[in-house]
Amino acid sequence: MSEREPLFSPKNIKSLTQPINLNNPITVQVLGICSALAVTVKLEPAVVMSISVLAVLAFANVIISLLRNSIPSRIRIIVQLTIIAMLVILVDQILKAFAYDVSKQLSVFVGLIITNCIIMGRLEAFALGNKPWPAFLDGVGNAAGYGMILIIVAFFREFLGSGTIWGYPVIEKLGLYELGYENNGLMILPPMALVVVGIIIWVQRARNKELIEQN
Amino acid sequence: MKGLRKLVDNIKPHFSKGGKFAMLHSTFDAFETFLFVPNKTTRRGSHIRDNMDMKRTMIVVVLATIPALLFGMWNTGYQYYLSIGETAGFWCNFWYGFWKVLPLIVVSYVAGLATEFLFAQIRGHEVNEGFLVSGMLIPLIVPVDVPLWMVAVATIFAVVIGKEVFGGTGMNILNPALTARAFLFFAYPSWMSGDKVWIHDMIENGSNVVDGFSGATPLADAAAGHIGSVPCWCEMFVGTIPGSIGETSTLAILIGAAILLYTGIASWRVMFSVVAGGLVMGLILNAFAVNPFMEIPAWHHLLMGGFAFGAVFMATDPVTAAQTNKGKYIYGFLIGFLAILIRVLNPAYPEGMMLAILFMNVFAPLIDHYVVEANIKKRLKRAKLAAKSVSNQNFENK
Repeated sequence: MSEREPLFSPKNIKSLTQPINLNNPITVQVLGICSALAVTVKLEPAVVMSISVLAVLAFANVIISLLRNSIPSRIRIIVQLTIIAMLVILVDQILKAFAYDVSKQLSVFVGLIITNCIIMGRLEAFALGNKPWPAFLDGVGNAAGYGMILIIVAFFREFLGSGTIWGYPVIEKLGLYELGYENNGLMILPPMALVVVGIIIWVQRARNKELIEQN
Repeated sequence: MKGLRKLVDNIKPHFSKGGKFAMLHSTFDAFETFLFVPNKTTRRGSHIRDNMDMKRTMIVVVLATIPALLFGMWNTGYQYYLSIGETAGFWCNFWYGFWKVLPLIVVSYVAGLATEFLFAQIRGHEVNEGFLVSGMLIPLIVPVDVPLWMVAVATIFAVVIGKEVFGGTGMNILNPALTARAFLFFAYPSWMSGDKVWIHDMIENGSNVVDGFSGATPLADAAAGHIGSVPCWCEMFVGTIPGSIGETSTLAILIGAAILLYTGIASWRVMFSVVAGGLVMGLILNAFAVNPFMEIPAWHHLLMGGFAFGAVFMATDPVTAAQTNKGKYIYGFLIGFLAILIRVLNPAYPEGMMLAILFMNVFAPLIDHYVVEANIKKRLKRAKLAAKSVSNQNFENK
């Protein structure tokens, strides 16, 4: 038998960091757009949503990876769904117990994590064929990539749309309203989230030429 | 003129390759071609070029907007003095409006051209002239009191998100001027809609306004059911009504339309079918009229709000309109149709022209695609028939 792989081998590190930039689930794979539009009006729900997805994705990846040799291939989707649903319900209950306000703001979108294509995609593409530890890192990496975009979008939408950062009225404290500044109502609306995501994709592609398709 | 040419020629080497300011080459180029028709000769491909190049085309469109602009300036002053219950002479009205409208034009051009030049520098291509028209149209389709920094933000947004991300002039899907207006409309609704925004000073100093003066546009009056306060059609035709700066006078817009049609720059097919679409929808609404707004004569719709301005200056934008002749009819008809539909039946938006044009801008490539496909199919069918008859003849001859 070959030597045991170290915990943070280059390959494992790669599966952790790749999804944060070059294989980002939102800006490169273009998955999970719906929640990126829905929960990014304010920073707080976006951060809570990111943490929820991180917990669900990391543990779902580990559980599926542990079960990967015993799941019959024909019913694997339903098994995956059951596990995701169980984790999502856990997260939902915890939010309801300890962060009721945010849970109310997120409303159905916590439940809709079940249908988030990123999670299903990672289970199918990675967890079913890898050991638990790399699967865990992959889950954390992808959720972090997703969360990072969510938080960037939410930052700009909250700052420009409501004039606050994490509920703190920055614009008001700076006294810009007296100078005639007004919040941008379009930032509150979902289309602007799409434009912000588009700008992030633009910047990312300008910095990483290898992402530009050759055709 | 000769002196100018000499000056340009003298400083040209500095901006050519190897010169001191070689990196500002595209900026210099833009100014040179702005002043003189470029004397470049083509090396390959088509050698015959019309001297009606893009800059000349754009200048004609800007000229066509001048009647609407001048009238808009006068009307700004006229409406203001009307609102405070005074009467002023013609020049007094005009100069008052002139000083209110001029900053909007300057801000729109400075913000938009600065963005265009920036992109041209970064990407190393020539500065495109497309903005010369958009920069003129943006001030014409906003209320007079909209804060200048908002105009600047909206213009930059329209140029970057509406145009440059798609590859610059000629590549944009949406009309840049209307993108700027849509941005303002949704981002800062308190400055873009309502009854007070159309008259100068009415938001800030509403108390100066005389009793009985509402400031509402005819469309807002009609939508609210105050059919009695809608002015007579002749007033709406001449344009002495509240509204965005350039949209009120159908007469001034028609002069612009005549210039555009005479020079062949705008498509008569689009203009005609927009009007037809609006009339058809108006007649349909008349037929099923259940409220006073639906009962107003169909042709009055053509004089109200931004319909005429949109039909002449926005829908005909050659980049964002349909390209095929048949497609132009469909595109224009649906713009008119949807504009009146939104206007009358959707309570959230008093005017539908902006949304209708932007909506059809998105669909224009699809319309073109199906028109072209249908034409290919038709010709294939004809070719097959011809081949069949030829083979039949051969058979008979044998």
